[in-house]
Amino acid sequence: MKRPVLRVVGLSILGLVLVAGFVLLMVRSGPLAPVRVTIAVVERGAFENAVFGVGTVEAERSYAIGPTVPGRVLAVHVDVGGEVRVGQLLAEMDPVELDARLSASRAAAARAVHALEVARAQVRDAEVRQDLAGRNARRYASLGEQAFFSDAAVEAKRQEADSAGAQLQSARAQLDAARMDVERLDAERAAAERQRANVRLVAPVAGVVTARDAEPGTTLVAGQSVLRMVDSASVRVRTRIDQGRSGGVRAGQAAAIVLRSRPGLALPGRVTRVELNGDAVTEERIVQVVFDEAPTDFAFGELAEVTIVTTRGGDVLAVPGAAVHEYEGRRGVWTIADGAAAFVPVRTGETSLDGRVVVLEGLQAGERIVVHSERELEAGDRVSAAESLVAVRR
Amino acid sequence: MISLAGRDILHHWAKYVFTGVGLGLLIGVTLSMAGIYRGMVDDAQVLLRSSGADIWAVQQETLGPYAEPSNLRDDAYRAILGIPGVAEASNVTYLTMQIRQGERDVRVMAVGFEPGRPGEPPFLVAGRRIARSHYEVVADVRTGFRLGERVRIRRHEYEVVGLTRRMVSSSGDPMVFLPLKDAQEAQFLKDNDAIVNERARTASNPALNRPGVPGLLDAILASQTASRSVNAVLVRVASGHEAEQVAENIRRWKHLEAYTRAQMEEILVAKLIETSARQIATFLVILAIVSAAIVSFIIYTMTLGKLRELAVLKLIGTPNRTIAAMILQQSLGLGLIGFVIGKTVATLWAPYFPKYVLLLPGDAVRGLAATIVVCAIASLLAIRVALKVDPATAIGG
Repeated sequence: MKRPVLRVVGLSILGLVLVAGFVLLMVRSGPLAPVRVTIAVVERGAFENAVFGVGTVEAERSYAIGPTVPGRVLAVHVDVGGEVRVGQLLAEMDPVELDARLSASRAAAARAVHALEVARAQVRDAEVRQDLAGRNARRYASLGEQAFFSDAAVEAKRQEADSAGAQLQSARAQLDAARMDVERLDAERAAAERQRANVRLVAPVAGVVTARDAEPGTTLVAGQSVLRMVDSASVRVRTRIDQGRSGGVRAGQAAAIVLRSRPGLALPGRVTRVELNGDAVTEERIVQVVFDEAPTDFAFGELAEVTIVTTRGGDVLAVPGAAVHEYEGRRGVWTIADGAAAFVPVRTGETSLDGRVVVLEGLQAGERIVVHSERELEAGDRVSAAESLVAVRR
Repeated sequence: MISLAGRDILHHWAKYVFTGVGLGLLIGVTLSMAGIYRGMVDDAQVLLRSSGADIWAVQQETLGPYAEPSNLRDDAYRAILGIPGVAEASNVTYLTMQIRQGERDVRVMAVGFEPGRPGEPPFLVAGRRIARSHYEVVADVRTGFRLGERVRIRRHEYEVVGLTRRMVSSSGDPMVFLPLKDAQEAQFLKDNDAIVNERARTASNPALNRPGVPGLLDAILASQTASRSVNAVLVRVASGHEAEQVAENIRRWKHLEAYTRAQMEEILVAKLIETSARQIATFLVILAIVSAAIVSFIIYTMTLGKLRELAVLKLIGTPNRTIAAMILQQSLGLGLIGFVIGKTVATLWAPYFPKYVLLLPGDAVRGLAATIVVCAIASLLAIRVALKVDPATAIGG
């Protein structure tokens, strides 16, 4: 009788353990189990917000240097990467007939100067002639009154004097014309010289050559470039920032620039301008960020990640962004009341780059809120706090 | 009053318990199979739930974005926002791709979404939401990515800033959420070699690279690399408006296809996973029949094993009812042990399946009812044999 009793007790205990384990398992896992969550305490503290954008390194002032008229490239004196001074000769276009035209124009100008001398001499000659003819006419007139000469002779002398006056006038006019000719030919010579100088392509500013688009012998139309250069003092990062986050960006704010070639290194910079023209298609704002100290080795067109510090607050109520949810059309956070989830609507402000969200109203410092949860919460869900939800789960 | 069934079980308890355990494992497999089926349907539905949309606007004449490819311009959402009854509309892209993680490839569905709009992961289990407009991702834990890990998607490296759970595509691939613009690039921008080749091809076309038109080639090249497409626009309907009405407006005036949640569920559950779900369901039915057959055989052989004892019982005048009750009780007991063990093992091994296994309490209750019914029916055969035993065999040998 002893053994059956023992067996009954043993089996009962085994059965109880099995049932207890089963019940425990059903309650602890599966749909009946409480939702495991992580908890955070709402705190007041420093809040620093920043916006993030992706940009390309560009020179704000870049120059395409090319001829103003069609022509052939004669020589290119600099190469890509070359530093150039203001006014330095970079390239020359083939002048073709310009040199001949310039010497023709110079000769014409010199000839005009001589023609001016001739005109002056003619004026002097005409003055002398007029003077003599005038005096002769007066003399004949007085002697004519005393009847030494016939009227015809007197009138002939007067006509001579008038004619000499007209000749003087003509000579003076010719002198004026010759003077004008000198001016015209001078101007023409200057124009030819300017045209000749125009085939010399010089650097408009100090900078660096970024591209050599044409080699000697290439024929270009007006507007095509031989060389391209940039003003190396105007290097900046043209940053594109999502419109939705660009609200706080102002000129003068500090920025950190990470070039793609050096992912670990943040270079300090500054916002110089927030462009008025945004990009309507990509819905981005364009912000110019300049390096505090331009790096020496970079490439134009290089991708850069820019973080701009926009606001700093000292005593701000903020919660992790993962805690803010949309529930039944309202924004809010989940809190725990008597082991069950309860939704508290809040009004939120900006979101910082580390994912924290400013709470404007609806929460007090010290309240405990749900940050992460195993699934989407519903009001009244039983929850249990856990240190972390990831390590345990696969 | 002593329990005949209990006494008999005590007599052969080891055999009884091990039979129960064996049966339990079989029931566990059946429950898991039901769980796999439920998981499959749930995978399809979770995709819809997680997107948080009431209407999917996709390319005309397609079943997109999940069942068929769909492409629309990324400014289509602005036009949709103007339709009465639309509370929110946002662009979203879906792309199934392989992501390299160390030595292995992870198959994921990359979802491009706009932070703060429909389509973003509704909850996280670790980390934070995406705060930058580029180069950050939130991944499902099943991808195996860890917080802070850097993963390469096409040409950029992304940092895993948050982890979520149960965010899978309809085929069960875990999701990776990334900012829309990055996702557009990943989907539509070609690799570097392709871009360089394409540029050379364009430049060698004399019609596009004309000496007299400076800038033409650059303009054409720029237009080739721009990507302005998304796969769908998710629409949230304002309260007080009928989703079907809004969808009809989108269909009629915007020349897009629009699916409400019910229609989308129909596409996903009825069309996309239909054959595989039916496959599982067929197998589930076969398993249930096999389990029932095995239970009845076990009870039957157990009864055959104690025919002599039954004859003795009959000889001493035990009523038939008592004998029948004993066999029924033993059969039900076996079923209960089997169910408890089956449910336990199914729960324990469910997380180790590569795809999601959803064990619904309703299914468990149904399983319990089925087990009891099957056990009761199975015992009928054994009861019939027991009642036909001739008491004379007890002494006759």
